Amino acid sequence: MEHIRLPKVENVKLVDRVSPRRSRVGTLYLTATHSIFVESEAGVRNETWVLHSLVCSVEKQAAAASGCSLLIHCKNFQVLHFVIPRERECHDVHLSLQRLSQPESYVELYCFSYKPNVGEVERRQEWDLLDLKADYSRMGVPNSLWKLSPINRHYKVSDTYPADLFVPESAAPPVIVGSSKFRSRGRFPTLSYYSKDNHAAICRSSQPLSGFSARCLEDEQMLEAILRSNPRSDFMYVVDTRPKLNAIANRAAGKGYENEDNYSNIKFQFIGIENIHVMRNSQQKMLEVCELRSPSMSDFLEGLESSGWLKHIKAVLDAGIFIAKAVAEEAVSVLVHCSDGWDRTAQVCSVACVLLDPYYRTLRGLMVLIERDWVSFGHKFSHRCNHLVGDPPKEVSPIIDQFLECVWQLMEQFPCAFEFNERFLIAIHGHIYSCLYGNFIGNNQRERIELGVRERTHSLWSYLWMNRADFINPLYRPDHSQTQGLLRPSTAPYCFKFWRGLYNHFDRGMHPRQSVEDYLQAIQEETQQLHDQLASHKQVGAALSLLTASHFSPCQPKAPESTNLSNGSDQESGIADLSCRSPLSEDSTRDPDSDEAAYSAA
Amino acid sequence: MNIKLIKYGVMEFAELIKTPRVDGVVLHRPFLPTVEGTLCLTGHHLILSSRQDNTEELWLLHSNIDSIEKRFVGSLGSIIVKCKDLRVIQLDIPGMEECLNISSSVEALSTLDSVSLMYPFFYRPMFEVIEDGWNSFLPEEVFKDLESMTDEWRLSEVNKDFSVCPSYPPLVAVPKDVDDDTLRKVASFRHSGRFPVLSYYHKKNGMVMMRAGQPLTGTNGRRCKEDEKLINATLRPGKRGYIIDTRTINVAQQAKARGGGFESEANYPQWRRIHKTIERANVLQEGLIKLVEACNDQSHSMDRWLSKLEASNWQTHVKEILTTACLAAQCIDREGASVLVHGTEGTDSTLQVTSLAQIILDPACRTIRGFQGLVEREWLQAGHPFQQRCAQSAFSNNKSRQEAPVFLLFLDCVWQILRQFPCSFEFSESFLVLLFEHAYASQFGTFLGNGAAGRAKLSLPEKTVSLWSWVNRPQELERLTNPLYEANSLVIWPSVAPQSLLLWEGVFLRWNRSSKCLDEAYEEMVHIIEYNKELQNKVNSLRRQLAQLETEDPLLQTP
Repeated sequence: MEHIRLPKVENVKLVDRVSPRRSRVGTLYLTATHSIFVESEAGVRNETWVLHSLVCSVEKQAAAASGCSLLIHCKNFQVLHFVIPRERECHDVHLSLQRLSQPESYVELYCFSYKPNVGEVERRQEWDLLDLKADYSRMGVPNSLWKLSPINRHYKVSDTYPADLFVPESAAPPVIVGSSKFRSRGRFPTLSYYSKDNHAAICRSSQPLSGFSARCLEDEQMLEAILRSNPRSDFMYVVDTRPKLNAIANRAAGKGYENEDNYSNIKFQFIGIENIHVMRNSQQKMLEVCELRSPSMSDFLEGLESSGWLKHIKAVLDAGIFIAKAVAEEAVSVLVHCSDGWDRTAQVCSVACVLLDPYYRTLRGLMVLIERDWVSFGHKFSHRCNHLVGDPPKEVSPIIDQFLECVWQLMEQFPCAFEFNERFLIAIHGHIYSCLYGNFIGNNQRERIELGVRERTHSLWSYLWMNRADFINPLYRPDHSQTQGLLRPSTAPYCFKFWRGLYNHFDRGMHPRQSVEDYLQAIQEETQQLHDQLASHKQVGAALSLLTASHFSPCQPKAPESTNLSNGSDQESGIADLSCRSPLSEDSTRDPDSDEAAYSAA
Repeated sequence: MNIKLIKYGVMEFAELIKTPRVDGVVLHRPFLPTVEGTLCLTGHHLILSSRQDNTEELWLLHSNIDSIEKRFVGSLGSIIVKCKDLRVIQLDIPGMEECLNISSSVEALSTLDSVSLMYPFFYRPMFEVIEDGWNSFLPEEVFKDLESMTDEWRLSEVNKDFSVCPSYPPLVAVPKDVDDDTLRKVASFRHSGRFPVLSYYHKKNGMVMMRAGQPLTGTNGRRCKEDEKLINATLRPGKRGYIIDTRTINVAQQAKARGGGFESEANYPQWRRIHKTIERANVLQEGLIKLVEACNDQSHSMDRWLSKLEASNWQTHVKEILTTACLAAQCIDREGASVLVHGTEGTDSTLQVTSLAQIILDPACRTIRGFQGLVEREWLQAGHPFQQRCAQSAFSNNKSRQEAPVFLLFLDCVWQILRQFPCSFEFSESFLVLLFEHAYASQFGTFLGNGAAGRAKLSLPEKTVSLWSWVNRPQELERLTNPLYEANSLVIWPSVAPQSLLLWEGVFLRWNRSSKCLDEAYEEMVHIIEYNKELQNKVNSLRRQLAQLETEDPLLQTP
């Protein structure tokens, strides 16, 4: 609270970025956790809440006659433009927000003070919703080929790896330790995904410390062991997800990539996904395009092209497809790495899993996948998402955004194959950055244990699971042919679309005014009700016909039936009300964005 | 379609068909297995059927063929047929001579000059016509609706012999107080005689939208009192109207040198003129060619795709047209003002704007029948030169400069609105695709000819079948119906932000990527809705049965 210099400012204008004529005036409140804008027009109770931890930047612009502008960019791509009447107030709000939105230590993060109305027992249970071991046994490990290794129990071999790791049955501890010493940050090759059907596996690691000529016998043995864990295969792929040039440059620093001559029976392959810095700049450029005020079509398309964003998304998806095909069609195991093995590697392995295994296309499956390939394997969420102010700005990068977008692009191509909807992806995205839940705090498992995340915070997965009704794709059917087996998406450039739902999420006017998905969801709910009615009617019908047949005594209680019947018609009137299911309120008659476009030109 | 008909066609066009039949031809089509069979040329069709069974694999109208290329590898020739519906197919033809013959025959047959040799004049329907589409949307019937709302308009017969305006129909709605002599004078002041006529009456507030050709002011600022009187007659006392000129002010200025021009503030003080930037026909055609080329680019480069998409300017055209239509609709619905729309001739961009504004404003235009009526009124009867505009499509090298995807852009804009309001249209995307196909090549006479006078000369109602006769049958209507439709009486304002406008995949990527998964999703959606209806019926009938049981059994009557 000591950071709030001014808890309340009146007569603040919230400027609508798309159509300035629709701006609102109200009061801005600063609380310990949120900025709250309350519209002051009579009869309207319109509030805008913005979590401080979602604020990415606060920018104060030069004072003008109408007041002083404050521009707030959020990590969920919301942009707020306030005009505060007095410069002094604007200054105070600016300073307060800057401090509030930049926690200096983990304990300041909202998840450690967030107390929803949940008992301690339930809170602890939240963390048991997902069980990675259960997922591994779903895959079929441990088995005669893969075993659970206790070697990293105390994070001694690799402090960024999880405690529980699966390795080839034949990999002895000295081999693992030796291999880990030859890999960046000790991230030795370990199992990410195992295909029960054909024994092919996806393994992951960091780059080898090969420099120009260094070798490591244990590392070579480790790869040999992985190859042998796929008995029917006589070679394996080693996929370096970096552009070749980057990998070569790493050799000068004593790092690099596997020499095919030193490893027996590997096929080595570069896949040119750019590094975190390129991705950060690319997204920044794309967001600038999204924020343009009434851009022309050319502005938008040129900007989108020059940002390179969709090109990068395509590269990630292409890599995922390469691996998924190797596993599913060739039954060949793949070792994937990049530099440290926690960015591109995480992207590519998890995209491959989504393509390969229908389980990861379910609600629970996607949560498990993120928990395994991202959270447990040490994707540096706190650094990449800039949770703390002290974190180096060059560490920030939208790597997880790209994964979520790849899933979205796949959903666009396979509308029946995913159990969840776009809202689910957007909810996950928002909470990765919000720090409301403990799941993504810290950079790896060891840090989260030290922070006591399980003991002190709530789990996002449980929240999402409780609210899963909101996140179900009505077109999904587990037995649909589209749902089965390997997905084979097209990666022709025209198959990639700009994800308006995420990057312009808060520009409501840009989205379709009626949602097919909501409509179908409402229909399905209604269908469920009809099912219940049908059952109850049949019961009553059976009872009635029994009565007519046997001419029972006249004092037969009739009440239950009539309640049943009236109950039925009640529900029907409720159904009639469902005509509002097409979300067509007065709102659709409100200004289109074209108002501005049209009138500014007029 | 029977054998007799094919033979008839063959006789009629015998001279043009050098080789009527080749065996062992292999057909390659997108997403379908190759087929080997016999290729037959008839007067109007290119037919390929495999000998294994009797089902025809390909039945292509010559008029659907946009361009044809030959390729030879040894004695094996191939012709690549690019269609106006943007499909590209390949036929491998054994024998160089046969290949050359087929190719030149198809080329000749697909570029026939005479309209009266077109297929619609030979086509006899094999379906039962329930309602003759030629009588479905007669101006006098449409006017009856208007009369029930207002008495300020009359139906004028001034153009009954097409002498005043060859592109207008014989009957047009004009302000009641303006007599036919005045109309004749105004016609001489407007491009191609296209004097201002009623396009749309907004029931909610009585405002109207009119359309016309540009005024012929010329460089010395000619003026026509009758023209001013005519359009002022549509204004309420003390109210101003809007003139929407679909051209930029520069283009409109330049038009003066050629005798055209625009309404000056001095002579039309009660009107506010707004200039917009809808491109002319030839620019649109160039856009279509570039867009389709981009879609067929095989390079797999994202940069290349996006830059080609941008360079085609197609999406820019969509945005401009929609923006202008929104403006017209706003003037009417929000500002409570009447609107006059024109460009140069008043037969292209003008019609895009007036028809889209009606989609936005008038729920009736969003039904299947209402949309047919809109296409009839605002395109066919309003004199859009379909024959010229749709003679060639994206693959043509022809430089005649008359072709332009004006109507296709209109359909694209409707599709954009449909995407944004998926529950507000009675028809689905397939109706729009169907209209696109038939505008370019059809067995029906609906889109033949240029303008009302030209069409009248062709005696289309007597000699051809109307597309609407085909569409307005239960089985076809069912196919075109949008399962999500719930009548929406509101004005629907589309977003024109670039992020909101999408590439119309159903037309432009139709032959480039498999639509299997999207089709399955559509079926799934239909299934969900139909299952719901089925249950509803069951519940209702059970409820009736229960009620009946109760009344039948006297014992249950008294508690």
